[in-house]
Amino acid sequence: MKLSFHKNHKLLFGVVFFGFIGLSLIIAVGPAFWVQDHNKPIPGSKPMTKLQKEGMRVYIDEGCEYCHTQQVRPLAEDKVWGRPSTPGDYAHVHRLNIWQETPNVLGTERTGPDLSNVGKRRASKTWNYIHLYDPRSVVKQSVMPAFHWLFKVEKNPGPNETVVPVPKQFAPKNGKVVPTQRAKALIAYVLSLKQTPLPNGQQKTTESQNSGGGQQAAASGSKLNGKNIFVQNCAACHQQNGKGVPGAFPPLAGDPVVNNSDPTEHIETVLYGKSGKTIGGVKYSAQMPPLGESMSNAEVAAVINYERTHFGNHGKTITPQDVAKIRNQDKQNKTAQ
Amino acid sequence: MSKRSAVLSVTRPLAVSKSKVDRTADVDEKWTLLIYAYLAFSAFWLIFGTAVGEYLGIKFVYPDFGIASWLSFGRLRPVHTNVVFWGFASLAMIALALYVVPKTSQRMLYSNKLAWISLWLINTSVVAGVICLLSGVNNGGQEYREFIWPVMALFAAALILLVYDLYKTIADRDVEEIYIANWYIMAAFLWTIVVAVVGYLPWYQNDGISETIIQGFYMHMGVGMWFTPMVLGLTYYFLPKLLNKPIYSYSLGVLAFWTQMTFYSMLGAHHFVFSPIPWWIQTVAIVFSVGMVVPVAAGTGNFLLTMRGSWRKFARSYALPFLLVGVLFYFIVSMQGTLEALRTLNKTWHFTNFTIAHSHMSMYGFVVFLIWGGVYGLIPRLTGKEPPHFMVGMHFWLALTGLIIYGASMMIGGTFQGQSWIAGQPFINSVSLMVPYWVWRGIGGTLMFISHLVFAYNIYVMRPGQIEAPLESAQTATQLA
Repeated sequence: MKLSFHKNHKLLFGVVFFGFIGLSLIIAVGPAFWVQDHNKPIPGSKPMTKLQKEGMRVYIDEGCEYCHTQQVRPLAEDKVWGRPSTPGDYAHVHRLNIWQETPNVLGTERTGPDLSNVGKRRASKTWNYIHLYDPRSVVKQSVMPAFHWLFKVEKNPGPNETVVPVPKQFAPKNGKVVPTQRAKALIAYVLSLKQTPLPNGQQKTTESQNSGGGQQAAASGSKLNGKNIFVQNCAACHQQNGKGVPGAFPPLAGDPVVNNSDPTEHIETVLYGKSGKTIGGVKYSAQMPPLGESMSNAEVAAVINYERTHFGNHGKTITPQDVAKIRNQDKQNKTAQ
Repeated sequence: MSKRSAVLSVTRPLAVSKSKVDRTADVDEKWTLLIYAYLAFSAFWLIFGTAVGEYLGIKFVYPDFGIASWLSFGRLRPVHTNVVFWGFASLAMIALALYVVPKTSQRMLYSNKLAWISLWLINTSVVAGVICLLSGVNNGGQEYREFIWPVMALFAAALILLVYDLYKTIADRDVEEIYIANWYIMAAFLWTIVVAVVGYLPWYQNDGISETIIQGFYMHMGVGMWFTPMVLGLTYYFLPKLLNKPIYSYSLGVLAFWTQMTFYSMLGAHHFVFSPIPWWIQTVAIVFSVGMVVPVAAGTGNFLLTMRGSWRKFARSYALPFLLVGVLFYFIVSMQGTLEALRTLNKTWHFTNFTIAHSHMSMYGFVVFLIWGGVYGLIPRLTGKEPPHFMVGMHFWLALTGLIIYGASMMIGGTFQGQSWIAGQPFINSVSLMVPYWVWRGIGGTLMFISHLVFAYNIYVMRPGQIEAPLESAQTATQLA
């Protein structure tokens, strides 16, 4: 048979149509089936609760995924967001319902920060509510929408209701800000975003590891910049000027722990986090996350020294060895117990 | 001193008059009305969709400009993209295809009625989709796949009716050969139907990663197997027609066609380079992204060699400059896309606003400019009414200047964004450093939006109806000129 595509419309359009179906099966449908059959959740990870699932639906409805990724690439620049993502991290993401497909949480744009590990990095529910209500009340430069419609304003909230301590100039005049069910679900989902550690010794085995993984950055950690670490990890609550948010997050400026010549409590606070402490007569209920898990001794020392020498503070500076000492002591105490 | 500047001379007009076109003899009124109806709705969706885009652009500079659920970025972004895709660009391309396919088959369209039904199906689909998205119902946040399946099914049904209509037209053609334009146009319909079905069937998308594999395929095929072949096909008709000479090489067109089909199908995953989807899919995607040089070089080469020697015609036509810009952008954005797929460059540009530059330069600079060239080349010949040449010039220069500002600001800003992350700066720096570029984007976007208002006006002027007007419109044109 002669291949007369330009004269035989049945042949031409038949090859065009069925040929493309074949190519689609090879590059998309086939691999998708294979991945679906082989992808298993990471051992130790938990399926989403009902509330968290509801929250993922809110996340999708409001289009959070257009600005926030949930994928850490095996690149040095992505190390700040956690370990490289693996397929297992998404094994718990399923179809929402008969009308809506499995959501695409990986995202393709990072206008806002990556959220793979946000549950660890921003562990405070209070901070998340304030930030969701009006991001600019805690992060001045943020361009994220203020999600007022996920909250109600109530004159006299009941004793069982969560009241969000929105900073004064951002708070409504006619009452207190209270999260709706949708906001509660969304924040429950956001706080559940924590990378499960990979089982011991099991590394992600793709060529990607060679393309300059995290170790490189850690090894060359010569130019640690305390200010950068502070802005990235601490400023969301304590603010870039170290003054905190009145009633919600304590100031570092003039804080007794920061200025104490014995740095033990300061180091421990950074390593293990803190909550429920009363400082200067104000009880702070917001949860400070333990940063020691994701930061090296040198990084902890750099950020502590930044805090001790800025915002009008005059605390004694420390060395990475001081941090190591405290870590070791605490480890020994733990084993002793 | 007495010699006056040639540039500032009072006798030199602001714009040069272009050559006038006349109505083609024996146009079928019903057919004209059908094509015009598609274009009129398309112009409406263009204004609506880009007004939303303009508003979103402002929000990057004034995030609190309008706080309401349905005014928020997360809900309006898919409204913008889906309206300009499925409402504006799709309807406009179909309008032109409904002319080109019967014309090159030397017969009437098989059924006007099917095409009218399709028009209403598409409009219903876009209206329903917009309502869903505004009320916070989307398919799962997958780009360009945000319409839930019952809504997208209407769109797919329209494509099936149209491809049947056009297939019947070609099958019963009055010439022996199927003109190359029809290869591309028919393929676009057939491929897009497959893409939609693959994208919406659920059985192989039950976890986050398998869904992502399909999303990579869908989001790129939705662009590259619908818009790209469609406008290329249209250009294979309009460019030779407006230049009044044959296409440079039929064979180059055929080569580009088959390589487009085989290479393009493979490269969807380049949107997820360095992601946890299987590494081999990413590598295949990158290899074929480089392979795309073949169809792109063949296509643009073919068009440019057709244009060679006829530059005088471009100066005298108000439709051809749009085609020239479209062809040049086809080459530029395709090469840009290939570069973005390479791992070394992807490291800097992925996740940044550079992607936004790329998507606008390709959808707008390439696809939409070719559409506009076709519209201005065709409609005056069908209705016998020309738009004021000055207004077409306004449209052209506002759109082009706006796009260049838009593209440049997002490319420069996006590069700085990527470098800021690589340098290990705090994330918020990459947000604050973008502000001036977002302002420039807003300026470019505004120029583009104004050009759309001009386009809508021109569409209105070109409306079918009584033909006593041509004398009058010719006068206006000279006055404005």
